[in-house]
Amino acid sequence: MTRVVQFRIYRYDPDKDQKPYMQDISVELEPTDKKLLQALVRVKAKDDSLSFRRSCREGVCGSDAMNINGKNGLACLTDIDSLAQPIVLRPLPGLPVIRDLIVDMTQFFKQYHSITPYLINDDPPPERERLQTPEEREELNGVYECILCACCSTSCPSFWWNPDKFVGPAGLLNAYRFIADTRDTATNQRLDDLNDPYRLFRCHTIMNCVDVCPKHLNPTKAIGKIKELMVSRAV
Amino acid sequence: MKVAKHTFDAVIVGAGGAGLRAALQLAEAGLRTAVLTKVFPTRSHTVAAQGGVAASLGNSTPDHWHWHMYDTVKGSDWLGDQDAIEFMVRKANEVVIELEHFGMPFDRTDEGKIYQRPFGGHSMNYGEAPVMRSCAAADRTGHAMLHALYQRNVRARTHFFVEWMALDLIRDSEGHVLGVTALELETGEVAIFHAKATIFATGGAGRIYHSSTNAFINTGDGLGMAARAGIPLEDMEFWQFHPTGVAGAGVLITEGVRGEGGILRNCNGERFMERYAPNLKDLASRDVVARAMVTEINEGRGCGPNKDYVLLDITHLSPEIIMKRLPGIREIAIQFAGVDPIKEPIPVVPTCHYMMGGIPTNYRGQVVVPKDGDPNVPVPGFYAAGECACASVHGANRLGTNSLLDLLVFGKASAETAVADIKSGNLTLRELPKDAAEVSLARLARLENQKEGEPVADVLLELQRTMQKHAGVFRFKDMLEEGVQKILAVEERVRRTAIRDHSKVWNTARMEALELENLIEVAKATMISAAARKESRGAHVRDDCPDTPEFPNGRNDKEWLKHTLWFRDGNRLEYKPVNLKPLNPDTQPIALAKRTY
Repeated sequence: MTRVVQFRIYRYDPDKDQKPYMQDISVELEPTDKKLLQALVRVKAKDDSLSFRRSCREGVCGSDAMNINGKNGLACLTDIDSLAQPIVLRPLPGLPVIRDLIVDMTQFFKQYHSITPYLINDDPPPERERLQTPEEREELNGVYECILCACCSTSCPSFWWNPDKFVGPAGLLNAYRFIADTRDTATNQRLDDLNDPYRLFRCHTIMNCVDVCPKHLNPTKAIGKIKELMVSRAV
Repeated sequence: MKVAKHTFDAVIVGAGGAGLRAALQLAEAGLRTAVLTKVFPTRSHTVAAQGGVAASLGNSTPDHWHWHMYDTVKGSDWLGDQDAIEFMVRKANEVVIELEHFGMPFDRTDEGKIYQRPFGGHSMNYGEAPVMRSCAAADRTGHAMLHALYQRNVRARTHFFVEWMALDLIRDSEGHVLGVTALELETGEVAIFHAKATIFATGGAGRIYHSSTNAFINTGDGLGMAARAGIPLEDMEFWQFHPTGVAGAGVLITEGVRGEGGILRNCNGERFMERYAPNLKDLASRDVVARAMVTEINEGRGCGPNKDYVLLDITHLSPEIIMKRLPGIREIAIQFAGVDPIKEPIPVVPTCHYMMGGIPTNYRGQVVVPKDGDPNVPVPGFYAAGECACASVHGANRLGTNSLLDLLVFGKASAETAVADIKSGNLTLRELPKDAAEVSLARLARLENQKEGEPVADVLLELQRTMQKHAGVFRFKDMLEEGVQKILAVEERVRRTAIRDHSKVWNTARMEALELENLIEVAKATMISAAARKESRGAHVRDDCPDTPEFPNGRNDKEWLKHTLWFRDGNRLEYKPVNLKPLNPDTQPIALAKRTY
C-alpha cells in the first residue's frame, strides 16, 4: 500500500518571488520513512528548490527546527503519522525569513551571546580538574543539554514582542547553566546583568517554551531559579 | 562573477571539535583567524558523540599512558604510527583537564573528579583487565564538549564565517597552500580566503554509505578539496562499522541488546548466527556478526521490500526485562524504527560509523606527501586535524573514545605548529595565482549551465548503494573489483548532475551537488584502496584472505604492513611504511603480535 502525504509548505525565494506563498505538494513515502525530516528529503528530491536546514537527523544538532502544524518542533523527531494532513510547515515564527523554512537566527544568537555564555573563573587553574561534587554537578542536568534549536524562544510571545531586549527562554536557560555551575565565580555579575525589566522580567510564565522543547528541558523553571536567587541576594 | 578577497593569518575549515580547538589556539596566540563552517558550530557532528573521551587520568582505576598506547596500537592492528599514538596518549590528560577548565560539564566521582567509565578495547596493564579511561558527560559527551569549545571561542572572540561552504584549495605553482575558495550559502557569493596557514578540520564522510550513523553534512569536503588539489588520501580502505544500526535511520542500537538475549534473524525467520558462530552465536565479536549479516543480505536473505536489512528480535524476552534493562533502546526503536521491540523485531543493518583514513599528516598536524624519496614531506601552509586527517593514530581500526581525543590533541597541535610557522616567518602571505578561483567558478558554471542531467539525489543513492554493497563490512575480491568499475561509472554521472534550482539565496540543491563531488572522491579512494589491499587487517576483512597459520587473522605483515596513498590523478596508488618507532627513544615500542581479545 502506498503512503502519500500531503504538505502545505511556506515558500519564499527573495531571488524570484515578490511575496511568500503556500505550496501544496504531496510525496509518496517508503515504509521506512517515519520522521517528518525523511518526508521532507523526499519532497526535496521531487522539488530541489525547497530549502531547509538539517544535519544530525537524531535531535541533537538543533538544525531542523520549524513550525509544524502550528507548533514548533524538530522535523527529525516528529512522527509523520502523528500529524494531521495537509501537514502545514512554516519557518520558525518571529524571526526574519531568508528563504522557505530557513530563518535568520542572528537575533536569537545575539541574545545567547549576550549572557556571557562561557565559564568565568579568574583563579589560576589548578594542575588537575577543578573539583565538583556529584550533587553540585546534578544542578547542571536539565540545563546544559540545550541544543540552541530556537524552538522555545520563537514560540514565546515576549520574545516576539522584544527580541532585541528580552533574552528569551534559550538564553536564560543558558544563563542559569553558568549561574548554577559551582566552578563559575561570576554569579553576582550575571545576576546584575539580568536584573532588568526587559532582559529577564519580560518572562510572564506563559510556558510555551516548556511545551515545545524537543529535549524536554524547562526554561521557565530555570528563569524561576534566577528570580529566586535575585530575591535571596537582596534579602 | 565578482570574487571578493579576504586576508587572514590563518583559515580553518570546519567548526567541529578539531576546528574549534584549533581556532582557540590561534585566537589566543593573537593571530587573525577565520573559521569557515557549513553549519553553525554547535551543529557540527562532534555533537553526536556519546560515550566519552579517553585519558589515562586514573581517577577510578590505576592507569598509565603506555597502557593506553598499547591498547591503541593493538586496536589499530599495528597500522597506526607509534610516534603519533605516543604523542596523542601522552597529551590526553592535558587536553582533557583544559577542557574541564573551559567549563565542560563532566560527570563526577564521589571525590569530585572527572567520572571515567570502561570502554571497548581499553585495558589495564597491557590487556589484563578493563580500565576506566573514558571521561564522560552522561551519554552526551560530544554535545557537552562541542558546546564548551564553542563557548570558549566566544570568549576568545574567534571570527566565524557561519554557513559558508569551502569549495577548493588554492595552491601556487610551487605547491604552497594559500587558502580556499568558499561559497556563502545565504547570498551565493564566492570569495577567496587568502591565508598564510590553512587548517582542514572538515570531519568525516560517512555519507558515502547508504546506512551511516553520520550526519547529512559529513560529505568529506576536505578530502574532496585535497584530492582535487593533488594531495593523496591515506588508508581509505579502513572504515568502522557497527553491526546494529537502525535500518534507514542509521541510529545505533547497543550490543547490550544481544547481551540480554536478542537474536538476529533473516527473512526466513532463521537464527542465522548459528551457522556462522555455532558457539557464541549472536554474541560473537562485532566483525564476525557484521560479516554474517552482510552475507545474508548479499545472498538474498535480507528482509523488507529491498531485502536490505535483517531483524534484531527481543520479542521472546519479558516486557519487564526490556523495560528494566533496555529502556533507552526501546525508546530509540519506537522513535526511529517505528516498532515497539516488545512486540516487533527491530530492522538493523551494519552501519558505517567512522573513517580511519584521511588526509595524511604527521603528529604535528602538518599535511605530508611523498617527495624526492621521502614519504612524509610537509606541504607548506597546509594542516589537518580530526576525522578528516590521518595522523595515523587509528590505523586499521579505531578504539571508542579515541576520536574525541584525536580531535582535541591534533586540533591543538596543528594550530600550535601553524602559530610557530607563522611567528617564525616560515610562512608568509604568498602571492595568489591569477586564476585562484577558476576551478571553483568552473564547477559552479558547469552546474549552472547543465541542461540535460541527472538529479543529484539519484546519483547519490547509486553511489551509496554501491559502496554499501561492494565495500561493506565483509569484502570479496570480485565484489571489490566490480565495485571499482561501478564507482568509476558513478563518477561519470556525477559530472553530469543537473539542478533545477538556480536561486542565489540559500540554494541547498547546489550545495548538495557540490557535496556529491566531494563524496565521489572519497568513494573512489575507498574502493580502489580496498580492492588493492590483499590481506585482512582491522576493519578491512576479505573473504580471500582468511585466518591461516602463516597469516593470523588473514594479516600479512610481510607485504602489507604499510600505509596506502591514493592519488586522484590516474587513481594511482603508492605505499609508505608504518612508523613502528615511538616518538621518545626511551619509550618501549609495541611489538607486532596476533590480535586477540
